[in-house]
Amino acid sequence: MTDIVANPIAANTGFHRTEAAEKRLRRRYAAEQRFKIYGIIAITLAIGMLVLLLFTILRNGVTAFQQTAIQLEVTLDPAVIDPKGTGNPADWDRAAFQDLVHDALYKEFPDVSRGDRRELRRMISPVAGVFLGNQVLKDPSMLGQTVSVWLPASDPINQIVKGRIDRELPEANRPVSDQQLAWLDQLRERGDSKTIFNSTFFTASDSNYPELAGLWGSVVGSIFTLAVTLVLALPIGVAAAVYLEEFAPKNKFTDLIEVNINNLAAVPSIVFGLLGLAVFLNFFGMPRSAPLVGGMVIALMSLPTIIIASRAALKAVPPSIREAALGMGASKLQTVWHHVLPLAMPGILTGTIIAMAQALGETAPLLMIGMNAFVTAPPTGLLSSSSVLPVQIYIWADAPERGFVELTSAAIMILLIFLITMNGIAIYLRKKFERRW
Amino acid sequence: MEAMTMSQTVDPGAAAAGKIVKMSSRGTKVFYGEKRALHGIDVDIYRNEVLALIGPSGCGKSTFLRTLNRMNDTIDICRVEGKLMLDDQDIYDPKLDVVQLRARVGMVFQKPNPFPKSIYENIIYGPKLHGLATRKDEFDAIVEASLQRAGLWNEVKDRLLEPGTGLSGGQQQRLCIARAIAVSPEVILMDEPCSALDPIATAHIEELIDELRENFTIVIVTHNMQQAARVSQRTAFFHLGDLVEVGETEDIFTNPRDERTQGYITGRYG
Repeated sequence: MTDIVANPIAANTGFHRTEAAEKRLRRRYAAEQRFKIYGIIAITLAIGMLVLLLFTILRNGVTAFQQTAIQLEVTLDPAVIDPKGTGNPADWDRAAFQDLVHDALYKEFPDVSRGDRRELRRMISPVAGVFLGNQVLKDPSMLGQTVSVWLPASDPINQIVKGRIDRELPEANRPVSDQQLAWLDQLRERGDSKTIFNSTFFTASDSNYPELAGLWGSVVGSIFTLAVTLVLALPIGVAAAVYLEEFAPKNKFTDLIEVNINNLAAVPSIVFGLLGLAVFLNFFGMPRSAPLVGGMVIALMSLPTIIIASRAALKAVPPSIREAALGMGASKLQTVWHHVLPLAMPGILTGTIIAMAQALGETAPLLMIGMNAFVTAPPTGLLSSSSVLPVQIYIWADAPERGFVELTSAAIMILLIFLITMNGIAIYLRKKFERRW
Repeated sequence: MEAMTMSQTVDPGAAAAGKIVKMSSRGTKVFYGEKRALHGIDVDIYRNEVLALIGPSGCGKSTFLRTLNRMNDTIDICRVEGKLMLDDQDIYDPKLDVVQLRARVGMVFQKPNPFPKSIYENIIYGPKLHGLATRKDEFDAIVEASLQRAGLWNEVKDRLLEPGTGLSGGQQQRLCIARAIAVSPEVILMDEPCSALDPIATAHIEELIDELRENFTIVIVTHNMQQAARVSQRTAFFHLGDLVEVGETEDIFTNPRDERTQGYITGRYG
């Protein structure tokens, strides 16, 4: 004991080779090993959850790209369709198409009594006439002829065919009667029923009927909204970042601004929605559900993200580049414009794209400004009513019809594809421009 | 006129030898906030001479160098007092255009800092900025002349369009010198230009400095006293924000008047 005090750093005492020292070393290795295992468990759990999520969405959604259709011989009687006889599609009786579809269905099953026809009609979609009308509109020469067309089956039939409703269930527990199942089997035996690609999903807008509902309207709405966001947020955000980073004096006031920007990035998005409701809609009287207002609200929300990312990118440009340019006699603005900003651009773009991806998935603030409206046509301009992808998902998730369950998951898949594409572009840009350094 | 009269107070011998004062400093004080970094510097810089600024770390030699082309302006809290002249122009005259000053007083930094652009674009950036040339053949001529002067032409003439950042450290520093002389400055300030280079690259740069003296006035900050002795005609020794001694390099190194200078050059501190 006294020995150690006398000479605390004596060499060659053999201390590091004692039993105790080796035990300590083993404990250290064991601790490291344990930590590694914890990490692997955490990552495995995370990946497992992600796979489970994606698998669930895929399983629920993949069937939405298929639609059960029934082939019918429809006689397009001009006297029924065009009672005024003007030949002008605007004068057509659109409701008559559905009657023609029903007539064709009765012909398909001539033995069905009048009393059972009601049940038979429920085999075909209540909006099959709309599909038929659209086909005739595209090819008016069909008028007056008997044509064979594929029309969507009703939602319960569609779900039975896809196996999403178990046909082994007792009749009382399923929306399809035994009689309807028998008719369906007859149709399928004759080859008059099959599943076809659901192109409506990509070309139509929202509808009360799952077989007529599509994403196109909300995709266009999202594009319009994001365009407004980008046009507003990118220049303002980059200008603010450049000013704060390169020009602003460092004082209490700019410190306050900086703290506030960082705080804004953490403000819940619904608060921005309330702000938009109060300011843009109530005070300025802008229209409800418009992509312009949605874009403005999301621009407010994205600004802090873009400013923070841009400032980080500007900060990452080495000061030696600024000195070099200033030393050559460039003005401050020239230094920033010629050298600093181009070098910071990949970082700024990456930040912007990530902010846009976040904006694409934003729902809550848009609910506040009425973008959860039921809109059955794509927006024609920045001021027309519109929905956006995530809000469309929200609306469908709430819908009672069975068919919307698969549509919800399919819409999530489309949204995820957009997000992955945008993040992919961000990663690609970062990698591509990084090489210049 | 004023500068000429003032110069006599600092080094009458030199003035008598017919040297022309290019830049001069009288009572230059630099403050960083409350802290004073330079306590009144009186020194003349003669045309076509290399003035070396030596001294221990933190003595203010780099600060002084950066006051000569107002690079200190970029630091918010930095304040300069005193009179600094370039020929007969007051450098800190509020009416003076900093852009023009920096075109006349170029700078080479400690760490080679070429722009991450091609060698060609690095050279023509200054001339383009100051409108020295407009046509492609004029730019070509400037690029070749500048690189020739910097002794880099033969090494890079076949890859002018490759990025300047792809060159070796020594080549990059010569590119920076070529970039500085491309705008035909009158004075070149060098802030420890060889501290990041190996001995062979350093020798290259030192030779180059000696050649450049013919056309330019050069002020160089260096930590390396052998380098000061090799490249400079006059040397100024800074210590704790004071200019202790300035004179012919030979005199400073063989016969220093101040014992602090003696202490530094003999390696007692630094």
